[in-house]
Amino acid sequence: MTTHTVQRVSTGRRLKDRLVQTLVYLAFAVAVIPLISVLWLVIKNGLARFDLDFLTHSMRGIGARDIGGGAYHAILGTLEQVLLASLISVPIGLLTAIYLVEYGRGGRLSRAISFFVDVMTGIPSVVAGLFVLAFWVLALGMPFSGFAGALALSILMMPTVVRSTEEMLLLVPGDLREASYALGVPKWRTIVKVVLPTALTGIVTGVMLAIARVAGETAPLMLTVFFTDSINSDPFNGPQMGLPLYVFDQARRPTDIAVDRAWTGALTLILIVMLLNLVARLIAWWRSPARGR
Amino acid sequence: MSQQIQVSGLDAYYGRHKAIEDISMTIEPNTITAFIGPSGCGKSTFLRTLNRMHEVIPGARVEGKVLLDGEDLYGPGVEPVSVRRMIGMVFQRPNPFPTMSIYENVAAGLRLNGRRSKSEVDGIVETSLKGANLWNEVKDRLGKPGAGLSGGQQQRLCIARAIAVRPEVLLMDEPCSALDPISTLAIEDLMAELKSQFTIIIVTHNMQQAARVSDRTAFFNLAGQGQPGRVIEMDETSRIFTNPSQKATEDYITGRFG
Amino acid sequence: MAATVHTRDGGSALGRSASRRSRGETPFRYASTGAGILLLAIMAAIAVFLVVEAIPALRANTGGFFTTQTWEPNATRPSFGIAALAFGTVFSALLALIMAVPVAVGVALFISHYAPRRLAGVLGYVVDLLAAVPSVVYGLWGITFLAPFMVGPSNFLHDHLGFIPLFGGDIVAGRSMLTASLVLAVMILPIIAAISREVFLQVPRAHEEAALALGATRWEVIRMAVLPYGRPGVISAAMLGLGRAMGETIAVALIFQATFDISFRILTPQGNSIAANIANRFGEATQTGRGALIASGLVLFVITLLVNMGARFIVARRKEFSGAAA
Repeated sequence: MTTHTVQRVSTGRRLKDRLVQTLVYLAFAVAVIPLISVLWLVIKNGLARFDLDFLTHSMRGIGARDIGGGAYHAILGTLEQVLLASLISVPIGLLTAIYLVEYGRGGRLSRAISFFVDVMTGIPSVVAGLFVLAFWVLALGMPFSGFAGALALSILMMPTVVRSTEEMLLLVPGDLREASYALGVPKWRTIVKVVLPTALTGIVTGVMLAIARVAGETAPLMLTVFFTDSINSDPFNGPQMGLPLYVFDQARRPTDIAVDRAWTGALTLILIVMLLNLVARLIAWWRSPARGR
Repeated sequence: MSQQIQVSGLDAYYGRHKAIEDISMTIEPNTITAFIGPSGCGKSTFLRTLNRMHEVIPGARVEGKVLLDGEDLYGPGVEPVSVRRMIGMVFQRPNPFPTMSIYENVAAGLRLNGRRSKSEVDGIVETSLKGANLWNEVKDRLGKPGAGLSGGQQQRLCIARAIAVRPEVLLMDEPCSALDPISTLAIEDLMAELKSQFTIIIVTHNMQQAARVSDRTAFFNLAGQGQPGRVIEMDETSRIFTNPSQKATEDYITGRFG
Repeated sequence: MAATVHTRDGGSALGRSASRRSRGETPFRYASTGAGILLLAIMAAIAVFLVVEAIPALRANTGGFFTTQTWEPNATRPSFGIAALAFGTVFSALLALIMAVPVAVGVALFISHYAPRRLAGVLGYVVDLLAAVPSVVYGLWGITFLAPFMVGPSNFLHDHLGFIPLFGGDIVAGRSMLTASLVLAVMILPIIAAISREVFLQVPRAHEEAALALGATRWEVIRMAVLPYGRPGVISAAMLGLGRAMGETIAVALIFQATFDISFRILTPQGNSIAANIANRFGEATQTGRGALIASGLVLFVITLLVNMGARFIVARRKEFSGAAA
């Protein structure tokens, strides 16, 4: 029997290492189970009503126990609200990020803005809805409308757009700016013609992810867009519907038919959100340095 | 108590790239061996194969044998963790654990191997810090963070941490390259003292350092452009620096290339 | 033209534009500064308008706003208070946090240190997908699947551990505090996991190698080098998750039974939160009712603000620390 120079690791240490490894693997499995469960149920239950009828009809005139009915009005509403929210929040977010990176660096105003952007990131979506309710509907006396919903969504989008744009602008090398200044190009043209194009794909990715996030928001819509079963294509007048709101509304109804509609609405919503996510990541991947572009 | 190392036919790879090829050497106990050679010739890679640190890099692997007192470190059933426990390592940049105090840094390795009494740990921490010539400078602030020390002190703290677990061999990967001349001198003196207890292997870019501290020196070089690194020559340090047998060695130590 | 000025090779295009003088400079600077100031104004407006619209309702309130455990703002003598709601908000969020943090840290370690490198990116994306699922879908899942599913395990807990008040009570229901917290835990897990993963990946290689060279096993490397380094990051991630959980509305609005008790019994059919109450009561709210809901939203705003600022504070302090050490 040979004596070993190199002693073996003690059993206790080996067991502990194994135990932790098992726990870590288990944690991942535990985290994935709900995802699989949610996706499976959404697909299984959602496909039952996922048809042309659902995508092209509203809930108008559909009684509590009637089959049929669709989410056309909700899909239309969501698209309009999200588009409007982007039109409001993207320019503001973009310009704020430009101020933070290019103009206000280190100043007192820039630090204050930066701080409150962080604060804004943490605002619960329901509070954003309450604010628009308090300001737009109650104080200014404007009606519930898709536009009011878009205002609430844009409050949620702004900090995300600012942060992701800021990050991308900071990645643009300072040499590039200096090269441009050295040619006598004024600062604002340098930003518009050199800095922004360089950071463009990153900014687009950030904006898409922000859109994907707010497209699924329910609470702010409920307080600002209100509910309707009819098609209202005018986002500036009268209550609209939104897809998340539609799911919530149908899920609360006591019949199985309504719950089926809720599942199909959820499937549609997830498809839209996932599509946005996928496109965002594809853009990021397409221009990523790893691809040698 | 320290033991002989015998390496035979050792190749090391990063993925498909072969970094070093066919290295064989014997390192006697209680000596200091220096590895010299131009950058990128595989000195550090070879050093890291000796305590199985090479393989922690994804895709890296080793072929060949490293015998420590006759037992193959790459043999079946030998755990890398135990190998590293026996062959300590000091890195190029001092890397004390930033969240730990000076005391905890030195005791870090001890805590891995079973419970010890407080007084026993205290004793080992003191001996190790004394062994690393750091005790007098830090004895009043053992509870302070290790990151607060100067670069040279941090490196000696790392040496104290490495010797606290009583390894057989101490590997030093360019331990002075990030230090000022005075700290470098302190570490060189320390190596001479530690020789009585450990077998020391040091990678260095500083040829005066190799000449000052080592008993034997191995000269590494690339076999050619894009080829793996090899040992060109290994001999008594005095011979390498006065009368090397290879032309390439002479060119390198006289500063004609590298 | 902008498209031609991609990177370094934009010299000629720049040269041409240089000839036009900087007439746009001032407006552009004002526009970007103005956007930043607008953002500050919005934040201020949020606080101001919530307060302004809440005051009339609070004046009309005949009960104590912070102590009353009912919500009758539409009555002729309005009486409403956030005591039970605030309790439910904090309690459910903390429960969710207790369940989510260990799993999230495990997931983060799995992706940063255990999973095969090639798989790690894909697996990280899978976890991020969890975050992309809209909250109303989790609510739907919670009420149609998880709540009925939880009846069994809840009964088991009640039968065997019922002597602990937490699991006690007379009736056990699927739509309970436990189920709501579980849904919240699932929802905040990806955020906590993503931030923790980032900090674990930032642990300097040198520290991990130092531990390895001492003969540490994988777990010992994590305990010695990774966890101490990542701890502030994990704590702030947990606090951000807590803020999210407290503000979450729709998922819990569907699950909670909208009661007004302050009870630690997590298996009984009770539970409510500020956000859920807003969602459930908004449709029927009169003028005072809306004001009352706005007042409760203001409280939620302040609570989440404090939690988030706490998280930022920890991150900021951490930056200073590592900056000084570097």
